[in-house]
Amino acid sequence: MNLREFIVAKGYKDNPRRLVEDLIQLVFLILGLVAVGSVLVITIYLVISGLPAIFKIGPVEFLFGTRWASTASEPQFGILPFILTSIYGTAGAIIIGVPIGFFAAVFLAKIAPKKVREIMELCIGVLAGIPSVVYGLVGMTILVPGIRIIFGVPDGATLFAAIIVLAVMILPSVINVSLSALQAVPREYEEASLALGATSTETYFRVTVPAAKSGIFTAIVLGIGRAIGEAMAIMMVAGNVANMPSIFKSVRFLTTAVASEMSYSSGLQREALFSIALVLFLFIMIINAILNMLKAGGKQK
Amino acid sequence: MIERISGKRKAWCTVMRALCIISLIIVTALTAFMLLYVLIRGLPHVTPELLFTKPSTLRNSIGILPDILNTLYIVITMLLVVLPIGVGAAIYLNEYATNRRVVEIIEFAAETLSGIPSIIYGLVGMLVFCQFCSLGTSLLAGSLTLVIMNLPTIMRTTQESLKTVPESYREGAFALGAGKWRVIRTVVLPTCINGIITGCILSIGRILSESAALLFTAGFAHNVNGFIRGMGSAGATLTVALYVYASERGEFDIAFAIAAILMILTVIINLLTTYMGKLMERRNGQ
Amino acid sequence: MTIIETKDLDLWYGNMQALKKINLAIEEKHITALIGPSGCGKSTFLRTLNRMNDLVPGVRIEGEVLYNGENIFSPKVDVNGLRYEVGMVFQKPNPFMMSIYDNIAYGPRTHGIKSKVKLDEIVEKALIDAALFDEVKDRLKKSALGLSGGQQQRLCIARALAVQPKVLLMDEPTSALDPISTAKVEELAMSLSDRYTIIIVTHNMQQALRIAHKTAFFLLGEVIEYDDTEKIFSTPSDSRTEDYVTGRFG
Repeated sequence: MNLREFIVAKGYKDNPRRLVEDLIQLVFLILGLVAVGSVLVITIYLVISGLPAIFKIGPVEFLFGTRWASTASEPQFGILPFILTSIYGTAGAIIIGVPIGFFAAVFLAKIAPKKVREIMELCIGVLAGIPSVVYGLVGMTILVPGIRIIFGVPDGATLFAAIIVLAVMILPSVINVSLSALQAVPREYEEASLALGATSTETYFRVTVPAAKSGIFTAIVLGIGRAIGEAMAIMMVAGNVANMPSIFKSVRFLTTAVASEMSYSSGLQREALFSIALVLFLFIMIINAILNMLKAGGKQK
Repeated sequence: MIERISGKRKAWCTVMRALCIISLIIVTALTAFMLLYVLIRGLPHVTPELLFTKPSTLRNSIGILPDILNTLYIVITMLLVVLPIGVGAAIYLNEYATNRRVVEIIEFAAETLSGIPSIIYGLVGMLVFCQFCSLGTSLLAGSLTLVIMNLPTIMRTTQESLKTVPESYREGAFALGAGKWRVIRTVVLPTCINGIITGCILSIGRILSESAALLFTAGFAHNVNGFIRGMGSAGATLTVALYVYASERGEFDIAFAIAAILMILTVIINLLTTYMGKLMERRNGQ
Repeated sequence: MTIIETKDLDLWYGNMQALKKINLAIEEKHITALIGPSGCGKSTFLRTLNRMNDLVPGVRIEGEVLYNGENIFSPKVDVNGLRYEVGMVFQKPNPFMMSIYDNIAYGPRTHGIKSKVKLDEIVEKALIDAALFDEVKDRLKKSALGLSGGQQQRLCIARALAVQPKVLLMDEPTSALDPISTAKVEELAMSLSDRYTIIIVTHNMQQALRIAHKTAFFLLGEVIEYDDTEKIFSTPSDSRTEDYVTGRFG
């Protein structure tokens, strides 16, 4: 179809206003596609800038090498310490943060009076809004010296400090998502259980919680995503040394590995940093995929 | 006779209930502690001199005026760019799109964006805006990076409030012979302005707390510039300045002063969003 | 004189045929009532006349609707221009979240009238025509949502009148109103019928009898009978019409 036929078929000739409306719709479509374009650009840029170094270093050596010495005379680029630190750190944060968040959510959803819930919602909002560097700052000035004194380690800036900070930082999203999942459970479920003679506490934990299971899983996965992506707060409390992770050692995460060397990096070192970002991105994409599966599953029910 | 519940069951209930209460106390205590600790350590150092001067090596003084201005500039630029894109995208999804597939792709993209950590935004922002678009390390590059980061927030809040606009409003306007764009502009958008404002507030909150994405894109200079000049040059926002002062220069008093300011802003932003939420609830209940 | 005429009008929602070969000729400056049980297609038919069904996804239309002899589905027709001439009032009052004045001025402004003096004049005239002026003249700048349901519906009628349509489609305009407001809207419709062509969908047969000159009886997407209102209600020629108007089903 040539342009002329197109114009006639669309009726633009008789109705210039229709042409204007269609153009406006096109503009909105383009604005809608900005998000899609951004995802593509981010993915493409990370792959293009991250892949070469992996092959230069060797995928096995890169992913499973235990020594990172990017500025040594004979540089080594093994990121296993970072990967493990990120996994351990995230796992630790989940182990500490999720139970607290979960129980608090049950209390808020089922037991708390309305007034308390409203105040707590504000608290959680504030907790979620506190900049990560402020967490880092408080961690630096309280947690790090505290750990040094209590546990008698030479330096308090450790994986343990990072885990505590991450646990606090994931609390708000764990609470919020669990809370809405718990509140979505129909009242009839609970009434059925109460009518059978279960106490209210038994009902909450044996009926409501299982019914809200997928929402609570979502909360946990979301918490994992938050924890694994956090950079600045843990950069300030984890000591930032490329050790294999151990609870009272200074460590470096995937995120902080990128952040701490980026400003002065060059050559292969710089490329390797992008490779680390690519690995991090893969982790995040896997977590996103799991989240989407959970959401799709939740909808089907 | 009614059978009493067994001691074991009772104990279990008590333990679970106690765990709930303890958890809640921990969360409350944490919030209170963070607020009080930061305010107590920070507020005494929030002086007019700190707020209204720039750092000077000569006088060996530190002022955060440039950082305040930079934050303001970034917020303004970010909103100016993200609002048309985010609101436009939401309008497309809610008002124009007829193809399910296209809607799904766009929504999936937005969701993916909201899951990407800020350090990755920082890296890609550096590659795309600073290097590829050759904006250099500048507030403009930082703002544009934040635009992509905040796009999902604006899209989501706008879309949510577009969904609450009754279909009968649109029909009423169409029946008067108004074209689609006019209906959206004059009837639909004014009705959901609250949702858009909420989105803006949330985004501002996110910028205030953002550091990783800005470190490599906007840099950390502390110069006082006008808006136009400022956009072209590197500059630290309050949050980035906090990081630099705390971790690289050991100026904890300054860092806490900035933290106290950020804390107060965080509380204000939360009160505002709660208020906006209540406002919308009341309106929708009508 | 005929102002709207449909020729073999078919309409499908997806696979479901909602209108079957509708042939109706609507008289100018008359009130035509469309009656029939729920889901019989009378509202669908009404919404086809100013192409409001265009907004529903999955709708397919065949046949012709002639407005003043021109097919409204021809690509030459500007749908907004059509709606300008064929106005509509909905089942539930739907004033915009604006002042009373802005609600009524919305249509004229849409069609490019900017002069304050002109708008004032149009708004006043529309409100007087809709018998609402005395009730709201002191609060034109106040939100339209503060009006009562009946007032809101008359406001919507005024809003439709403000663009000076030739035809006014009313989709069960009184079903959400109390009896007093209903009486006012009916009175208004009758007083407008010397200047406007009104097509009204109603569930209330008394209403059709009270105000309509002609009545069409719809059943399962077809027009069973179309005639003078009195004849439809006193001596219908089809037994199904008789069953319906005497209340044997519906």
